[in-house]
Amino acid sequence: MTNSAIAVSGLRKAFGDKIVLDGIDLDVRAGTVFSLLGPNGAGKTTAVNVLTTLMKADGGTVRVAGHDVATETKAVRAAIGVTGQFAAVDELLTGQENLQLMVDLNGVPATEGKRIVAQLLERFELVESAQTPVSTYSGGMRRKLDLAMTLVGSPRIIFLDEPTTGLDPRSRRTMWEIIRDLVADGVTIFLTTQYLEEADQLADRVAVLDQGRLVAQGTADELKRQIPGTHIKLRFTTVTELDTAARIFTDVTRDDEALALRVPSDAGTDSLRALLDRLDEYSLSAEEFSVHTPDLDDVFLALTGHTTEAAQ
Amino acid sequence: MITQRMSTKSHSIVMFRRNFAHITRNPTSVFNAVLMPIVILLMFVYMFGDAFDVGVDYIDYATPGLILLAVCYGLSGVAVSVSSDMTKGIVNRFKVMDVSRGAVLTGHVVASVLTNLIAIAALIGVAFLIGFNPSASLLEWLGVVGMVVLLGLATGWFTVALGMAAKSVETAGMAAVPLVMLPFFSSAIVPAEMMGQGLRQFAEYQPFTPIIETLRGLLNGAASSGDAIAAVAWCVGIGLVGYLWASLTFNKRA
Repeated sequence: MTNSAIAVSGLRKAFGDKIVLDGIDLDVRAGTVFSLLGPNGAGKTTAVNVLTTLMKADGGTVRVAGHDVATETKAVRAAIGVTGQFAAVDELLTGQENLQLMVDLNGVPATEGKRIVAQLLERFELVESAQTPVSTYSGGMRRKLDLAMTLVGSPRIIFLDEPTTGLDPRSRRTMWEIIRDLVADGVTIFLTTQYLEEADQLADRVAVLDQGRLVAQGTADELKRQIPGTHIKLRFTTVTELDTAARIFTDVTRDDEALALRVPSDAGTDSLRALLDRLDEYSLSAEEFSVHTPDLDDVFLALTGHTTEAAQ
Repeated sequence: MITQRMSTKSHSIVMFRRNFAHITRNPTSVFNAVLMPIVILLMFVYMFGDAFDVGVDYIDYATPGLILLAVCYGLSGVAVSVSSDMTKGIVNRFKVMDVSRGAVLTGHVVASVLTNLIAIAALIGVAFLIGFNPSASLLEWLGVVGMVVLLGLATGWFTVALGMAAKSVETAGMAAVPLVMLPFFSSAIVPAEMMGQGLRQFAEYQPFTPIIETLRGLLNGAASSGDAIAAVAWCVGIGLVGYLWASLTFNKRA
């Protein structure tokens, strides 16, 4: 494919006996956002490390920006930017000096460099803290500075390894805005995340990684069709009550151990009222009532038969 | 889009500036590298100096030893800063930017040597104020500078290797302690002949003694070529081991 920014086929990587990536195939078109979704320990960071030349693959081929990562390392590095899971910033330097360091290492001429630094500080709302050491920055500010540093070299393909893990909701939204702006400029984004919502918000295509294999790949909508939708969870005190309840609702999933019943529902007030009325009609009362919207756990349960916890 | 990629040499200069900024901004490393040797100089000259009979003015005896001590004290921060580069994400950023291994490590070593030179200039300045009276010619002074730079490079590379090999920043801080202690078990403070059995042999044969004796000889205008050859050989050896060890560890870890 001529317009593919990242093309991976049969990628394998093991550390000793532990197979971390077990035959990964994926293709990311230029100018799109691709999200690799998976729990901790699924192999996301290893995949990023191989794709960004930091680690050698044991097998398979990886082409980034049209270049082979194994044989054309320099050409790949010239085209990419990476913002890792742990903010790669220099704590003893100020925000501005961190950006200046990137300008100097990229060999940008002095006047243009000044302009770039000022622009990035402005864009990432770091002007006020530009002169203070990064050691005083909050987690959100570090992530922003980290991404700003990555942008100094104007990379066309950017790898973001869990860019919002550990951020508060507001910083997360700011980060999403920044990522959207980058895509609007035609940059290709390879994003790893643990959050289904994040992949849903940002990605054109999503792949689910579980124990080194891609268990699903498609658009966020395609993926969501494969997982249980919003449902109501009812918990009863006796098996008899559970039996009765299981008979009066359709399409239910029962959990005998927890004496719980999952009833599909859109969680609107009308359908909730109908559900409660029906319980009343049969003189049933649930001990516990909760509304569930699908999350990563549900995706995993549906796609792999185990939860994210088990994947670790 | 930046098409022109920089050479290792210019990357080294950028990295050196970064590492030097680190040293100057960390009060502990400034204190250890520059003030500590001066404090020790004053302590030994005024507190203990009269108690040692070394045959010459004690300040003239101790200053060359403290020059070496100053180099070693400057190293304590180097292992830590190498280790934090490796354990925090920034080394990966440098790798993806095609900053070479050589540039990352050389930056640390050169910044360390420059700190040594500043610390030693300050130390010698204070020594002069309290009566240091060397008889070295210009050429011999150049010899002193050369010896200091060689020693700084050798121990600098060795310390960079220690920092690379350390699993955490905390262990890296400990790794440099033996280097800071070693000068006390040499002829830096008192002549080896005045030490007890065992310790004396150790002091006579450990690498720092010929280096100190070379500095002492140069400053007193009576350099011995035997000491000088041994000193240069030790420095080249230590430096080479450090360089190879650091380079190998870098490839393995990063």
